[in-house]
Amino acid sequence: MNNETRIVITGIGLTAPNGNNLTEFRQNLLAGKSGVGKIETHYMGEVIAGICHFDPLKYQKKKEIRRGTRAGSIAIYSANEAIADSGLALTSIDKSRIGIYLGVTEHGNVETENEIYNIKQFDYNVDFWSHHHNPRTVANNPAGEVTMNMGITGPHYTLGAACAAGSIGIIQGLQMLLLGEIDLALAGGVSETPNTFGVFAAFRNEGALASHPDPSKACRPFDKNRNGIVVSEGGCVCVLEKLSDALKRGARIYGEIVGYAINSDAFDFILPNAQRQAECIRFALRKAGISTGDIDILNTHATGTREGDKVECQAIREAFGADSNVYINNTKSFIGHTMGAAGALELVGNLPSFEDHIVHQTINIDDLDPECTFKNLVINKPRKVDKVDYILDNSFGMLGINSVLIVKRYEN
Amino acid sequence: MKAQDIRAMILEVIHQIVPDEDLSNLKGDVRIRDQIEMDSMDFLDIMMELRKRYGIKVPEEDYMKLATLDGSVAYLEPLMKQF
Repeated sequence: MNNETRIVITGIGLTAPNGNNLTEFRQNLLAGKSGVGKIETHYMGEVIAGICHFDPLKYQKKKEIRRGTRAGSIAIYSANEAIADSGLALTSIDKSRIGIYLGVTEHGNVETENEIYNIKQFDYNVDFWSHHHNPRTVANNPAGEVTMNMGITGPHYTLGAACAAGSIGIIQGLQMLLLGEIDLALAGGVSETPNTFGVFAAFRNEGALASHPDPSKACRPFDKNRNGIVVSEGGCVCVLEKLSDALKRGARIYGEIVGYAINSDAFDFILPNAQRQAECIRFALRKAGISTGDIDILNTHATGTREGDKVECQAIREAFGADSNVYINNTKSFIGHTMGAAGALELVGNLPSFEDHIVHQTINIDDLDPECTFKNLVINKPRKVDKVDYILDNSFGMLGINSVLIVKRYEN
Repeated sequence: MKAQDIRAMILEVIHQIVPDEDLSNLKGDVRIRDQIEMDSMDFLDIMMELRKRYGIKVPEEDYMKLATLDGSVAYLEPLMKQF
């Protein structure tokens, strides 16, 4: 494989409920600090959710914020931070050769619900429906807002892929680089989902919305008493480029994306399927040309639902074997489910392990579910390990969409 | 509502719509859009605010009459006597 066909991550911008850059995010993961709290939402009152606390005015004017969407603001913040982190100066790059690919679980629910809430005050007179509704709700909105903010004229779109979207955004960026369509990708995912009551109500009515007197303990994957999902917002954008370009400019390289896969359960609207998830893991390993024994960290998708966590554990056992030594962790236990951002955020939260050789833990496991046990499930405190060369990241979503990313430590 | 109150109200609405703009030197007889960064969607936001606050629905053919601050005051004054 030559350096023209190797894709590396050279910049990371993010906002999570417990951190607004990778350093802060990582520190809080290792310190066991949750970012989950409570918010007020239309019709449902107080709900448990993860909210980000970045400053949108760092990169946007007040008018841009008013005109745009929360997902747009999260995307703009994350994309600008990613470019700043990469050391690239936007003025020195051909902006028509930058592509923006952002995964979204859903988009437009927030804006539509807000407008319906608004016209209710006017007896549903549609004269009071905002003319901003369409540009706010078109599916490319978050990525399009980034182009306007940063003056990027290359391709931009979002990838609707339920809760696998964040990693699929990264896969799309990688593929476009390999096709030669662009020279630089801003790829990842975003979520503004806590601002839509409908997602909370639907999860609650299907018995899948987490509850706990202490919101920071509500998301508890693999715990015997887990009772559902914590809905969160978040954003993560990675700068992706060819290794040859990264080396030419002496870029810092976080890791090389060596394997990936996307497949479908073809099975059910909401229920996951262990066999197809295991198959997705195997496809990604095959693409990377490695075996399960090479993976050091497996970051799970587990959201804290009874069925979802159990099925993912079955898939891991099927793909890795029941007595695998792989270190297994979960990031949602800290930040909840950041939906479209999850796949990207959860991956990058683990990338510092290549250097510090620490595997961040899964928090909130008080009583481990016997159906979710693994030899090296990292529980409640970080684990120092001898080496980390490969990280595998699982992301699964409704309608049976699965994606797996494998990132390798970069060595000269 | 008197002319000076209407002018203050319009300025307050404009500030809400384009909060980054300095309105302190806005001239009354020059097109607002020639003095500050404001586009057609922002103008529609002003029309929406008038509708929400006072129930005033400005017909599209009259939009040009509200292009300046003075023009807006003159147009709205007879419509806002009861406020």
